[in-house]
Amino acid sequence: MIDIFKIREDFPILSRKVNGQNLIYFDNAATSQTPRQVIDVITDYYTRLNSNIHRGVHRLSQEATDAYEEARIKIQQHFNVAKPYEIIFTSGTTESINLVASGFSKLLKPEDELVISALEHHSNIVPWQMLCEKTSAKLKVIPMTQEGTLDIKTFKKILNKKTKLVFVNHVSNALGTLNPVDEIIEMAHNNDAYVLIDGAQACAHIKPDLKKMNVDFYVTSAHKLCGPTGVGMLYGKTELLQKLPPYQGGGEMISSVTFEKTTYADLPHKFEAGTPNIAGGIAFGAALDYMNSIGFENIIKYENDLLKYATEEIKKIDGIKIYGDLQKKTAVISFNIKNVHPYDIGSILDQMGIAVRTGHHCAQPIMDYFEIPGTVRASFSFYNTFDEIDIMVKGVQKAIKMLQ
Amino acid sequence: MSEIESIQKEIIEEFSFFEDWTQRYEHMIELGKALPLIDKTHKIEENIIKGCQSKVWIHAHLDGDKVKFTADSDAIITKGIIAILIRVFSNQHPRSIIDSNIDFIDNIGLKEHLSPTRANGLVSMVKQIKMYAVAFQTQLN
Repeated sequence: MIDIFKIREDFPILSRKVNGQNLIYFDNAATSQTPRQVIDVITDYYTRLNSNIHRGVHRLSQEATDAYEEARIKIQQHFNVAKPYEIIFTSGTTESINLVASGFSKLLKPEDELVISALEHHSNIVPWQMLCEKTSAKLKVIPMTQEGTLDIKTFKKILNKKTKLVFVNHVSNALGTLNPVDEIIEMAHNNDAYVLIDGAQACAHIKPDLKKMNVDFYVTSAHKLCGPTGVGMLYGKTELLQKLPPYQGGGEMISSVTFEKTTYADLPHKFEAGTPNIAGGIAFGAALDYMNSIGFENIIKYENDLLKYATEEIKKIDGIKIYGDLQKKTAVISFNIKNVHPYDIGSILDQMGIAVRTGHHCAQPIMDYFEIPGTVRASFSFYNTFDEIDIMVKGVQKAIKMLQ
Repeated sequence: MSEIESIQKEIIEEFSFFEDWTQRYEHMIELGKALPLIDKTHKIEENIIKGCQSKVWIHAHLDGDKVKFTADSDAIITKGIIAILIRVFSNQHPRSIIDSNIDFIDNIGLKEHLSPTRANGLVSMVKQIKMYAVAFQTQLN
């Protein structure tokens, strides 16, 4: 059970005012809020531990290194990964994807094919387009349906012996669609293609078991799941991470350097050049601890109830259209009002202290598919309340009245 | 006081009658709805202001030594903002447009629209208006 009052006390930001009103934060898909438990870890790091890791013989460096590596193990355990070094710390999902794309630029041949889905965020489209430009490999797209799901039948037809890599998000950021990743991974593997799953939108709502999924690469960002911005992870199977060349050169990623030749360090350091976001990494671990202390079963149940309630209430609004109104989705509602621009709704809601996202959500192909300029996206978290949904629905109704 | 400044003062006075944001926004929505239609031939890709979440078209032409602006947007609040800008800048000499500032936006409770992160492009709109003025000023020289 979720004790909503107790949970809300963990998030200092939820008690602030915006435009003189209580903040209602429904932009959780863009970034989640940070609980005091995570903020404290960051403060503690700079108060007590701050030093550079993996190099110093002194006490602070050892303690900071231990804390950072403990965080890696927390992440490893959370995602049920075989080895801690299969978790690479990055600056976030985007960097994780670019790291893999950059690595594969050396491994692909011109006739090879890559597959992405029509539901992707720009960050899971552009790096692969760039990779295709570099290698002359071809990019194929799994189309989407009017319901906002992936067309798996067409995916089956797209797959062939030339397919080397498949990239799909676990959950669509624009619509909240929960994609059938297990099925996609199995189908790709049957064709000897590798799969990268973008988990940025999934990990705040579900606890992926990467071993069970048998996925080749999995990426996510800490700030989507109560952690800080600027830190994230790349999971890769050992043999694949060993195959990929380093992403960036610098300190810490080498085992020996002479002017003639540099020998790269072992995993994970091969991919972690330079001083990392140490406090961020440690706080990433703390964020997982926090979410696990609430429990994903509780989070899933509560968010489903919120989503169900919000969907029912929003549907009562005249002229509403929900995009991706599905059974299998996370707590996201992407909608438009007939003859009203999403930007107008968002601006008026902001005046009432309600934070929603408007626009194309960095997923322009989805908006083009529906032939709309964008949507209003309300994305919920376990710290949101049913009352807040009522206030938003009233807010949307007020906005419509003002605009029409 | 320049003509632009006195129009700005007029707008500030107009907005000072509103008691809360609802009235301010309702007024902007009215202004947006009242904005004269832009000629269809000007509603083209090259007149679109980049950096706006909603689409904004601004067209300008020189009439004697005055710049005349017409504009449109697919979002009504944005259109209201354009209507205010057109009232201030249209039918003015390019030199006066170049020399003017837009501090009045602060004083009519629309400060949040000035933030570059708002992506509604008020800043880009003003920039575009001034660029038109610079171009026409060169023509007049």
